[in-house]
Parts: sequence; structure tokens; C-alpha cells
Amino acid sequence: AMEEARIREGDCAVLKRDEVFKAVSVLRRRKIIFEKQWFYLDNAIGHIYGTTFEVTSGGNLQPKQEVEETTTETKEAGTDNRNIVDDGKSQKLTHDDIKALKDKGIKGQEIVQQLIENSTTFRDKTEFAQDKYIKKKKKKYEAVITIVKPSTRILSTMYYAREPGKINHLRYDTLAQMLTLGNVHAGNKMIVMETCAGLVLGAVMERMGGYGSIIQMYPGGGPVRAATSCFGFPKAFFDKLHEFPLSKVQSLLAGTFTTELPAEPEENALVGGESNGLSEEKQQETEEEPAAEAPMDINTTEEQDTMDINAEDVEFKENKEKDNKENVREKQIKQWERRKKLKEAAALLGEKNADGLIVASKFHPTPLLLSLLEFVAPSRPFVVYCQYKEPLLECYTKLRERGGVINLKLSESWLRNYQVLPDRSHPKLTMSGGGGYLLSGITVLWEKGKPECTNSEALQMEEPSSKRCKLQDLPC
Amino acid sequence: MSFVEYGDTIKDGDTAIVFLGHESMFPVKVQHGTVTQTKYGVIRHSTDLIGKKYGSKVTCSKGGWVFILHPTPELWTMNLPHRTQILYSTDISIITMMLELKPGSIVCESGTGSGSLSHALIRTVAPTGHLYTVEFHQQRAEKAREEFREHGVEHLVTVTNQDVCKNGFGVSNVADAVFLDIPSPWEAIGHAKSALKAEGGRICSFSPCIEQVQRTCLAMEEYGFTEINTLEILLRVYNVRTISLQIPDLGKAAEDNSSTGFDSSSPSHQASPCANLQQGTVQFKSGVPLREVVGHTGYLTFATKS
Repeated sequence: AMEEARIREGDCAVLKRDEVFKAVSVLRRRKIIFEKQWFYLDNAIGHIYGTTFEVTSGGNLQPKQEVEETTTETKEAGTDNRNIVDDGKSQKLTHDDIKALKDKGIKGQEIVQQLIENSTTFRDKTEFAQDKYIKKKKKKYEAVITIVKPSTRILSTMYYAREPGKINHLRYDTLAQMLTLGNVHAGNKMIVMETCAGLVLGAVMERMGGYGSIIQMYPGGGPVRAATSCFGFPKAFFDKLHEFPLSKVQSLLAGTFTTELPAEPEENALVGGESNGLSEEKQQETEEEPAAEAPMDINTTEEQDTMDINAEDVEFKENKEKDNKENVREKQIKQWERRKKLKEAAALLGEKNADGLIVASKFHPTPLLLSLLEFVAPSRPFVVYCQYKEPLLECYTKLRERGGVINLKLSESWLRNYQVLPDRSHPKLTMSGGGGYLLSGITVLWEKGKPECTNSEALQMEEPSSKRCKLQDLPC
Repeated sequence: MSFVEYGDTIKDGDTAIVFLGHESMFPVKVQHGTVTQTKYGVIRHSTDLIGKKYGSKVTCSKGGWVFILHPTPELWTMNLPHRTQILYSTDISIITMMLELKPGSIVCESGTGSGSLSHALIRTVAPTGHLYTVEFHQQRAEKAREEFREHGVEHLVTVTNQDVCKNGFGVSNVADAVFLDIPSPWEAIGHAKSALKAEGGRICSFSPCIEQVQRTCLAMEEYGFTEINTLEILLRVYNVRTISLQIPDLGKAAEDNSSTGFDSSSPSHQASPCANLQQGTVQFKSGVPLREVVGHTGYLTFATKS
């Protein structure tokens, strides 16, 4: 267990500076740029996750020593700011002076000390204002980074801050609700339909710990798992991860879905077997690969994607030129394996006994729910995320018409962060908007075409429930 | 059935949830020969429950019906017998994520209270993790043990009856996470630190009052915790309603009575066709907030030991 706590070469790790995160692969002699700093991770290898490092000259990392704050011995401070005038001249060090200090390789800590000494107003500031001044300067000049282990907490916070568009603005507390409302835990057989870069999938995988199975439904050519790869899951977790194309859902439900598994390809397979299905398979391949090897740094994802695709293009051309039997055989094996996996996923869905359904996509939720709920066993939870409330209103109505679901709940969570300091405690920021909405419920056994709600739910549909709502007993 | 493993059919000894309707449900211990009274009549366990599938509709003696649901920590939270004020699923969800809990995690908790959070923690860390929960109230500790046994999760939890502020969690250097929901959490921060693994872990403290948070944050800082962060999460629930708003009568223009400003072919009008548009209504779906909602449960302070 101790070994797992250490940073190893090849690990997926997350860099943290204040509230800013960045996911990286730990590789030797690989230059990392983070928060306007560049450095190598070589020296971090072997240290425990959570260690804070200082960036030294040459881009090397060095564990930060805990230093006793020995700021100005004579703690002088003003009581208010009635005599502090902003003349823009309070700092005696010029921009060039500071740059010179930095170029000389002076430690950030010392630069901050010099800034304090050269500030004419510092001593007149209140104690709180001095505190704030030092904190601000430290943030700017002290180049420290912490290396942390990836987790749903870290990655969902990182994505929401850096790339909210890629995860449909799903805020981390909303994701937390989904995992709880969906009763996601080890041993489940879960259906996940997401277009959140694989973040929701990763969160579900983390909670299942490699026990049970997941069927990921995907649109287009293949599932996107850029964020999933940032979690650094062991290989075994992927053995129980299946995928099934959304475009085949209707045929699966209608019983017309087929995957004739060809016999296992033989040594002397026929050349030119590229018929109907193959071109589609090929497209799937090109879209799948970049997802599988998704780059850790989400900022360069676009760039990297194009690079990978170009590389594949070259490979593809080369393959065509060669066009030898071995290549065809390889292709056929791949195709056979893919068909086999597809058939397995179809069989798993066909059992219609999934333990839950999680939907978080850019698509309209109603058709997804109406179809995918067919695969879920009775008395199991489902959760749908949508960035907007209106589609969920419709989804709610349609689910009620369809029947087979109870305890439908449309909700939204609000998150408020606090600054807690002696005599300076207050809320930091509200996040009322932009976290998205959830529609959740529980499946029940029902006869098709008959809306099944309980006696009192039937009433509830018509009558406002405000009367019934009791305020929970409050603490204090 | 157990709280950590789904089962398909209802068995003797199971804890099942009788669902009468929205926010109207209760737990029942399934036992051969037993009957349960509901407002729709009697449910006979031997014939109406045992052997049936979870999620089935059960018709009661007076002809009304209920659904029988598989228990989950979330349903349990809504239905458990209160021995204390409890934590609800909204807070529980963010606690679970921010403490980075998953199968295999070792968690310390105090107090056990009514076991609302405990069930959710056990669900998440199963099958290889463990919960060490400390409750200083002897009767509550005993009741919790009994419930864990009934719910088939006793192998995943150890209940200790002692004062966490004085005696700690009874384990050291084993936990990945610690959760505190006690009146003076600052007195337990030292014990929390020693319960956590040497290589580090996460801590969370729940307090209703800001003064408690203040003291807890100071204690955390004193014991070298980092990433100290306080937050609050609130749930907003919406009722889905079809709303009809009446179009006001602004009178007719003298010459032209066809331009009322509203498109009479809009689908919302088809439901209520009327000759005089100005007396019509417009219908739309709305998510209406509840009239009264929970405005505050408690502050959650998280930190890291590293």
C-alpha cells in the first residue's frame, strides 16, 4: 500500500498550484509547462503523493522545506486606511528591479520579503491587509507545486474549472449527487451514457473499484475517454468495461440486432475482404484510438487529437501500399475481436437486468431515457443530467406517460464556498447557476402502455405538494 | 438482499421499502407469517412479499396498491428511525466524493448517530473496505450494531462505544478518511490525525454553526492539515407543473380584431380553442420550486493530511 502512495514513472498525476489543477503523465526528461512555469518531473519520482515542490533553476523540483515564518520582527500595523493614499508610488522597487531579482535566481520567498521592505505603505496597513498583501505576493513569486493522485474529486474540479464545455458544465457537486442517487457501488451492472469526455465514466469506475460491469453507450464512431485515462485505473478495471453504439439500440430492442460472428480468421485469409461493414469499422478505429491514448493535459487535447489522426493517416496509407496478406489478417482479427466484444455487450444489455442507468450527455434526454430504461431491472435507480432544466421537464412528463418509474425528482444543487479566518469568515462565491440539473427516479415492474404511479402519486400529479412539504428539523 | 448487494426477489429476513407514494414510504422487515398495515389495507408477508420481485406492485387488502422496493442507503436515509438529527443524501454525496471514498477505503466516523451516513459509507467502501464508527451513547451504539446485522453489512463495520474526543477512534494509522459530526470536532482533530494513514488521507467535519467551523479550522491548521476548505451544499427540488396563464383582455382595436399579438396556431392554444383569443390562456411546463426548502444543514470542512 505504501508503494501506491509514491509517485512512480508512468503514473497519471495531477499538478496543483493553489486552486489550479493540471493532469500529466509522469515521464522522465519531459518538459512540463504549468502556470507559466516550466520544469521536469524527474525528481518527483519516489516521493509521496501530496508532496509540495519548489521549482529550482533548470526546471528541477525540490521538496519544499517547512520554514517558520520569520516576517518583520517588529509587528507594526495600522488600524485603518484613512491616511493611505494610492499614489502608485508606494512600491520602491521598479518592474525592472523585480525582473533582475528573478533573473538572478533569487528565491521567491526573498523577493516577497524585499517587496515588503520596499513598500512604504506596508507598515500602515492593518494586520489583515498585511496578511492579504503577503498572500498575494507569495502566490505570484513563490513557485511551488503540489503533486496529487488523481481522483474524481480532483479531476471533476479540474474539468469544471478548465474545460466546462467538454463536460456539459456538469459541476462536481452535481456529479457527486449522481453517484449517490444512482447507488453506484462495487458489484453493480451499470449502464452509462455520457458525452463528458469520459469523466462520468471514470467517476463510476472509481466507485465500482473493478467489481461488477459497466456498459458504456456511445454516439458516433466510438466512446471518448480522454478524462477516463487521467484516473490511471489499473488494466483490470477495463476488462469489465463494455461499450455499445447508441445507433444500434433500436435494433437491439426490436430484436433485429445481429452480429454474425465470422469464424475465427484463418492463416490464409482472403485478400480484399473489405466489404460493407469494414469501412465503418475503420472509421471507428480512427476515432477510438485518440480516445484510448488520450493526452493527459486537457489543454492540448485538440492539438494532440489532430496529431494522432495524422499519424494514423500515414499509417493507413502505408498499409495500403503494402497491402500484404499479413495486414489483412491482422485487420480481420481486430474486426473479429471487435465484433465479439460488441456481441458480448449486446448480450449483457439483452438480459435487461442492469442495476442502474446514468445519463449525462449533450443530447436530448427524453429519447435516451425512454429507450435505455428498457435495459434496467425493476427497483433500480436512474439519474439523468442535463445542463438545462426544460428538456428534463419534458422528460419527466414523458416518463410519467410511459410508466414503470416512481419517485421522480427534478433537482439542482447549490454550492457555496467559505473563507474561514479568525474574524474574517464569509462566503467566498456562490455557484447558483451553471451546475446543471438532475432528474432521478426508481424503476418498477409495469405493464407497458399503462402509466403506473401509486394512488397518492396520481393525486400528487395534479395537486401542488407544498402543503405536504415538511421542513426538516434544523440543527441549532 | 443486503445494503451492499442487489437481489432480485424478496426473501424472509430482508428489509424492504414499502412505497405508497411520493415522500410516503416506510421500511419493513420481511418475516413469514407477519402482516403490515398500510392505509390501503393489509400486506401479508408470506403471500404478498416473499418470492416476489423487488419493484413489484402489491395490492393490499382494501384494493389499493403499493410498490415494494429494494433497500438502498438513500431510501434508508429517508425512512430510518431517527435517534438523532441525521445527514441527508445531498450532504452525504459531497462528503463521499470529497473524502475520495471507493471500494477498499478505510473510514473512521463519529458519531454514529442514527446511521444515515454510516450506511452510505459502508455501501461505498464495500466489499474490501471497512468503517470504524464511534458513538459515545451506549444505547445508540447498540441499536446501530443491531441494524448493521439486520442489513447484512456487519462484516464491513466496527461500532465502538466511547468518547472520540477523549479516546479517539480505537485505531491508528489505518484510515484513508475521517468524518466528524460531533458538537466539538476541534477536540477530535488530533485523534483524527493519528487514525489516518502515515502517508496521508482526507478529513471532513460537519458543523451547523460558523463558530464551530472557526475553531475546527484552527485546530486543523495546528495539526498540519492542508487544503482546508469549507463549503455548503443545498438542494433545490422542483415540482413539474403545467401552468396556464390567462391572456389579459386589452379590448379590441376598432377596425382590426385579428392582430392580437398572439399566434393562434401555437400548440399551446390547441388545448383550449376559443373563439375569442383574448379570453384564452397560454399553457407551459414549469419547474416550480417548493414553497419551503431547507436553507441550511451544516458547513462541511474538508482538509488533507499529507
